Amino acid sequence: MEKESAKTKLKGLLLLFGLFMKIGLFTFGGGYAMISLIRREFIEKRKWITAPEFTDMIAISESTPGPLAVNSATYVGYKIGGFWGALCATVGVVIPSFVIIYVISLFLEQFLQLRAVAAAFKGIQVAVAFLILSAGIKMFREMEKKPVTVATAVLIFAVMILLDVFALSFSSVYLILIGAGVGLAAYFAGRIVKHKKNGRLSADAADGAQSGGADGQTACDGDRSAQDAQEGRTPAPADADGQTACGGEDISVQNAQEDKASAPADTDSGSREEE
Amino acid sequence: MEYLRLFLIFCKIGAVSFGGGYSMLPMVQDEVVSRGWLSESELMNFIGVAESTPGPIAVNLATFIGSSQAGVLGALCATAGVVLPSFLIILLIAAVFRTFLKNRVVQGALVGIRGVIVGLICAAGVWMAVQLLFLTGEEGAFAFDWRALVIAAALAAETAVFKIFLKRSASPIVLILTAAALGALLYMI
Repeated sequence: MEKESAKTKLKGLLLLFGLFMKIGLFTFGGGYAMISLIRREFIEKRKWITAPEFTDMIAISESTPGPLAVNSATYVGYKIGGFWGALCATVGVVIPSFVIIYVISLFLEQFLQLRAVAAAFKGIQVAVAFLILSAGIKMFREMEKKPVTVATAVLIFAVMILLDVFALSFSSVYLILIGAGVGLAAYFAGRIVKHKKNGRLSADAADGAQSGGADGQTACDGDRSAQDAQEGRTPAPADADGQTACGGEDISVQNAQEDKASAPADTDSGSREEE
Repeated sequence: MEYLRLFLIFCKIGAVSFGGGYSMLPMVQDEVVSRGWLSESELMNFIGVAESTPGPIAVNLATFIGSSQAGVLGALCATAGVVLPSFLIILLIAAVFRTFLKNRVVQGALVGIRGVIVGLICAAGVWMAVQLLFLTGEEGAFAFDWRALVIAAALAAETAVFKIFLKRSASPIVLILTAAALGALLYMI
């Protein structure tokens, strides 16, 4: 019986791998194209993940580094099949690009020797600059217009252009770290100002010490809402956990994940309970 | 050694490219052009290819640069490197820190990072445009390229037509094909 379940699990992983390979093959033009593919394949057709989970996933993918396609493959893979699911989905989504680009890289240089191709690529360079600039403008428009964000964006823009003009190099990695620092400074400054306005001067001293605790609170709130979404679907055990405020979170989340881990197997060979 | 270096460089790039594929371009420029692995214009040629083939730009660029530096194993190391940080971070978030990103301190840091990313991408786009339009002489000396301006104008017109008549944005592939055709036409004369 154990052999049987290992077999269905393997089958589920292979299916996950294949589906993400298909998604990787058809995502022209960046990660956003794959969102609709994932939605159709995993929410509408197979119902492996729910719509709120999907929204969660996009939010997480967008605020973590790395390509959206890879991030969402890892996330969806993990939700469906645990660590191995995440690995299969991620490798699956990367393989098509890898193979295609590797083959192109072997021939690109020879290809560029042709006069017509070289001329075409001079045109393509213009398109690349155009695409990058429009992506930048679009991102600026859609950006949350907080004073800190706008100020950082404008400042970084000016700094980068100056560096370019004077042919100086400064790694953008540091700029990103500086940005994180500026964001944090603005956040804490905002908190202090707020406290002073509220006239809770005495609380100020405690604020520094308590900030950790207060954030724990937010985390807890977040947990609860995530759990609410899950309770809709997970059976009895999640309800029991729901009553413990914060302590039981991990367990209930895990339960939900274990339930989902068996999903691919379920769809493949009837219900697991029969085994 | 070459493999390890490729892997580590792309790990670093993968770990800080917040906000999708374009955000890694300035980083790749830093690392790759300054090391003399690719020239600015070779990199741009390749970004054009990466845009018109399936898959995330980050992965495409890593594979290409890895392959051009150290063959198939190099491609493998660079690609694994660029993917690994995202993979581990998402895994951690999905498994343990479900609420990490909802934490207000983390959100505070992300607000600053988003600003930097937008600034970086805008600057990269503007500087590329300046180079293509005005600095086309020997070793970046001043020379105006009217052909590039014509192509850019055509792309802007195409984008507008798509927006107004088809009510959607022109896909990058359509724009790249247009530019390739115009480029072949104008630069061959």
